[in-house]
Amino acid sequence: MKAAIIVSPGSNCDRDVRVALEQNIESPPIMHWHRDPDLPKVDLIVIPGGFSYGDYLRAGAMAAHSPVIREVIDRAQKGVPVLGICNGFQILTECQLLPGTLMKNTGLKFICRDVDIRVETNTSIFTRNYTKGQKLKMPIAHNEGSYFADTKTLSRLTDNDLVALRYCSDDGEVDEAANPNGALLNIAAVLSAERNVLGMMPHPERCSDKQLGGEDGRTLFSGLANAIMHP
Amino acid sequence: MTEITPQIVAEHGLNEKEYKQVLKIMGRKPNITELGIFSVMWSEHCSYKSSKYWLKKLPTDAPWVICGPGENAGVIDIGDGKACVFKMESHNHPSFIEPYQGAATGVGGILRDVFTMGARPVANMNALRFGSPNHPKTKYLLGGVVSGIGGYGNCMGIPTVGGELEFDSSYNGNILVNAMTVGIADADKIFYSAAAGIGNAVVYVGSKTGRDGIHGATMASEEFAEDTEEKRPTVQVGDPFTEKLLLEACLELMATDAIVAIQDMGAAGLTSSSVEMSDKGDVGISLDLDSVPMREEGMTPYEVMLSESQERMLMVLKPGSEQKAQAIFDKWELDFAVIGKVTDTKRLTLKWKGHTVSDIPVRPLVAEAPEYKRPYRPTPLLAPISPQEAVSLIKIDPIEALLSLLGSPDLCSRRWIWEQYDHMVMGDTVQRPGGDAAVIRIHGTSRALAITTDCTPRYCIADPIEGGRQAVAEAWRNLTAVGALPLAITDNMNFGNPEKPEIMGQFAGCIQGIAEACRYLDFPVVSGNVSLYNETNGVGIMPTPAIGGVGLIEDITKSTTSFNFKSPGDTIILIGETLGHLGRSLLLRLIGEGERGSPPPVNLSAERRNGDFVRMLIQTNKVSACHDISDGGLLVTVAEMAIAGKIGANLFKLETNTPDLAWFFGEDQARYVISTSDAAPILDAAKVSGVNASVIGSTGGTMLSVENGNSISISDLHNQHDTWLENFMSEA
Repeated sequence: MKAAIIVSPGSNCDRDVRVALEQNIESPPIMHWHRDPDLPKVDLIVIPGGFSYGDYLRAGAMAAHSPVIREVIDRAQKGVPVLGICNGFQILTECQLLPGTLMKNTGLKFICRDVDIRVETNTSIFTRNYTKGQKLKMPIAHNEGSYFADTKTLSRLTDNDLVALRYCSDDGEVDEAANPNGALLNIAAVLSAERNVLGMMPHPERCSDKQLGGEDGRTLFSGLANAIMHP
Repeated sequence: MTEITPQIVAEHGLNEKEYKQVLKIMGRKPNITELGIFSVMWSEHCSYKSSKYWLKKLPTDAPWVICGPGENAGVIDIGDGKACVFKMESHNHPSFIEPYQGAATGVGGILRDVFTMGARPVANMNALRFGSPNHPKTKYLLGGVVSGIGGYGNCMGIPTVGGELEFDSSYNGNILVNAMTVGIADADKIFYSAAAGIGNAVVYVGSKTGRDGIHGATMASEEFAEDTEEKRPTVQVGDPFTEKLLLEACLELMATDAIVAIQDMGAAGLTSSSVEMSDKGDVGISLDLDSVPMREEGMTPYEVMLSESQERMLMVLKPGSEQKAQAIFDKWELDFAVIGKVTDTKRLTLKWKGHTVSDIPVRPLVAEAPEYKRPYRPTPLLAPISPQEAVSLIKIDPIEALLSLLGSPDLCSRRWIWEQYDHMVMGDTVQRPGGDAAVIRIHGTSRALAITTDCTPRYCIADPIEGGRQAVAEAWRNLTAVGALPLAITDNMNFGNPEKPEIMGQFAGCIQGIAEACRYLDFPVVSGNVSLYNETNGVGIMPTPAIGGVGLIEDITKSTTSFNFKSPGDTIILIGETLGHLGRSLLLRLIGEGERGSPPPVNLSAERRNGDFVRMLIQTNKVSACHDISDGGLLVTVAEMAIAGKIGANLFKLETNTPDLAWFFGEDQARYVISTSDAAPILDAAKVSGVNASVIGSTGGTMLSVENGNSISISDLHNQHDTWLENFMSEA
């Protein structure tokens, strides 16, 4: 299995994702520079967290127009799995591979902490090793993580089982008190209509190592690797 | 051409005697550009003219020191072919004038100091001090500083893993923002700043030069008065994205064999970088200022030389490597310009539109900079206050006192701050903020660095020598408490106006105390920074020698621990001697009638003995949790362990004459609380080592109770501890 990590000049979770992937796949991921439109043939594309182009305009807005992204869109449309984490999620909404947008946190501050999230669907290549309703602990670290979409889009997401993760309380309840950033319906991750693109604000690569407080994220990478290698 | 009048000279912060020295060095009247260069190079900030005499007294050597003070940052050997590069630096004055940009560029500056030497930064820390919570500017300054630090570090993708926060009215007009960066490099690939190779290209990389920050170094060398608002233009503006590009481009170039010397453009920008590089290499540098990438039109040579625009570097390249270097900087979309060359003249020669606009002999500019042994008056010592006398002033139940302390600005959780810092990026943060020391794994290994910053200014003002000792001892203790072997420190000396003998007395005293403790604990000073003139309208800050310490953990899978209680039924052991010293304690500050008496004495041999013992216990996996005892004393320490572990504790008091409040809240030094499932061998080993170790209770339940006293639930303690700062900052 081959994976590519898209590296923008301001990516800063590229190495972290590489480490997490390397635990689960045999060949080292390709670190693909954003300006190079010639993306090799891969089985998985990851857009990591960071501040792709400084994000002075709008998080992910400039990166959505970088040369490699056209190719990423093309591959996604052909069914290649694409995972966007944090800034990667923001880029995926900016380039419209995923619906909605990520607005500034309602508290107007950067938030870095562990949050509880609930797996809303396990019918995806990304979440299939979790059980539906399973509660996970994962770190978030973002300034713009408040998921927003119009009512019609939200209904479409809900009706088609495209909401992958929601922020929840310690005992698994999805409620306003458990919402760290003001995301509508407590949405922490969404799938594309074809279910091969996932954007998520929590950082699974930051909880893939028991020395660093948890391994709830490791399951995502191992499940993904497993699904790709044994479809 | 501007006429150099006595008034112009004075505006450049040079006194009559200093100006005479300029005339002697130049052999003629300087022009305005040259005067500007002397002015910034001889500012307190760049020349250390008031502090140099004293700084020489600090111990800076140890077998593991690769590079001590004098370069961009200190470098120590951490084994396995790796070196740790670190330094702490102040950005106090700019942060008071413009908190967001002042703090952000403080972080940017210290990051550059570390990656200039070839290290990848792996952690940031910060020691922050603000005025009283009641002061009208405190909230605005704290909010701005924290978001500035976060904004810069988060974008760079370097975790900000801890630090200190303190409120005191002595900082009302002068906040302190001390930023520390720790990086890791290959021990045989450290980059230095000495220019070499006559004819080699001098290259400018990074952002373009603008008019921001002109005379920042001079501004940082003056007191504040009513006109601070007018100094806003002297504060630089940060661009962390460009710095991220600069970091990656520099590290990429450093992996090749192209660089002879490199220096970041920090305070005094192009001036200090070119002067230091030529002085250290004992060569000359000639610069063609027209080639400097400029952001604005119509800039003068004076402005180009004095600009403190951020995110810039100066390098000397090996012959023929310009193209290779340029390709790397093009990839990262950064400016790259050959702006001059190394010469054999030992002079700094500047050309502008075909004319020579400055020609200064470098060695005298540096070596003949003023150095003052300013008059100093040692701080008169205060009489100690006995535990009995101290508690006679206070009538309060220990649990009630604990609640007030934990919910106070001095001791409440700093969660509101660290949640705004990305403290996990880079995937190696083993101990997150809130512990005794941050623990950062050395990437790809199971070894780790422990990092802390410490200082107790209320001790320093009462007795600078004892306060200096204590700051070092506490840093050493915090590293020990996570199982690390303490290796070296960086010191950030924040003081008032050095022209006042009592301030110089504080400075000299703190240096003496730091030097003694460093020497005794094998904990040398490898880098540092001095910030003087922290005064407003003649009122100075408390003396604040912030210490940043670094230590090494051999194996995070077995030789480290954290401070949270791990399981019920563990025995709680107090290490060290408890005499109930309440002088200068938080109990007196918050509940009594203010700090009184003398600070707790630091017994360096007890520090060493107890610390070595505790470290041995942690390294041999004999303790389940460990926490050093500092501000607030024993009961606060146990409460913090209980809150973090969500496990209660039952405590009893040993048979002593010490009054209860002094026992629970005394701030005697050299002490730790540990928990263990197997106490007997520890008590036996302590006896053999001559260490005071006593069982004082056990973990379990949901309450913290003291013998013959009250109890309180851990969740109540948690709520009290957790909320003060957040509530304070969210109140309009």
